[in-house]
Amino acid sequence: MMQVASSRSEGWTALGDPTRRAIFEALADRPQAVGEIADRFPVSRPAVSQHLKVLKDAGLVVGRRAGNRCIYQIDEAGIVALRAYLDQFWNRALTAYKLAVEQAEE
Amino acid sequence: MEQRAEATVRTQLVVEAPIDRAFAVFTEGIGTWMPPEYNLLAVPIAERVFEPRVGGAVYDRGVDGSICRWGRVLAYEPPNRVVFSWDISPRWQLESNLAKTSEVEVRFIREADNRTRVELEHRHIERHGEGWEQLRDSVEGDGGWPLAIQRFAARFS
Repeated sequence: MMQVASSRSEGWTALGDPTRRAIFEALADRPQAVGEIADRFPVSRPAVSQHLKVLKDAGLVVGRRAGNRCIYQIDEAGIVALRAYLDQFWNRALTAYKLAVEQAEE
Repeated sequence: MEQRAEATVRTQLVVEAPIDRAFAVFTEGIGTWMPPEYNLLAVPIAERVFEPRVGGAVYDRGVDGSICRWGRVLAYEPPNRVVFSWDISPRWQLESNLAKTSEVEVRFIREADNRTRVELEHRHIERHGEGWEQLRDSVEGDGGWPLAIQRFAARFS
């Protein structure tokens, strides 16, 4: 039920979680408030908030106040987020690559 | 107008391995290191393949046999250089419009018999969409993605 982010889901693994990726994609359609997102996904509102916090900490979405609600959004093209994501992706991938290539010598 | 800005990711590292092995593990051995959870298939991937020739594909095969070709090999010059396209949209879907794809160049430089520098450049990220520069500037201005990158880098320091 409650599918909150573990600490290892921060940063570069922010989009490794399928629910978070779905939320991110929903925000790519249009900016939305927490409640709207919670209505669309089979997760609780606190879980949605937690997912959004992880996405926000990873620099993939931004939140802005609108009255008493907080609207979350990514840029429409997603390029800013994509660049950050790819930067993180390659750093992670190349760390794994270094291990693989150095293990291969034994 | 200002010269059009580009979005590029550059990173490099040194591996303790001969250049031939560094090249081979990166290309034909791609399935041994590229994180399998990053893929576009609906099912877990059984295999990730880098076809070692210009015009070849980089693809994932799912456990159900489905195939996702997400890269095209544009240059293949063992053991020095390889370039492949990145046909994945910002929405994490396969990009069929090739004008909206970016490319990854990897260069291997021999530093010693058992040491190779690997330089990776993922360039033309801006082709994936229009109108991102202002957004990039605004995000850079208030510590958007650079903060995320710093946080990420701290994990490996």
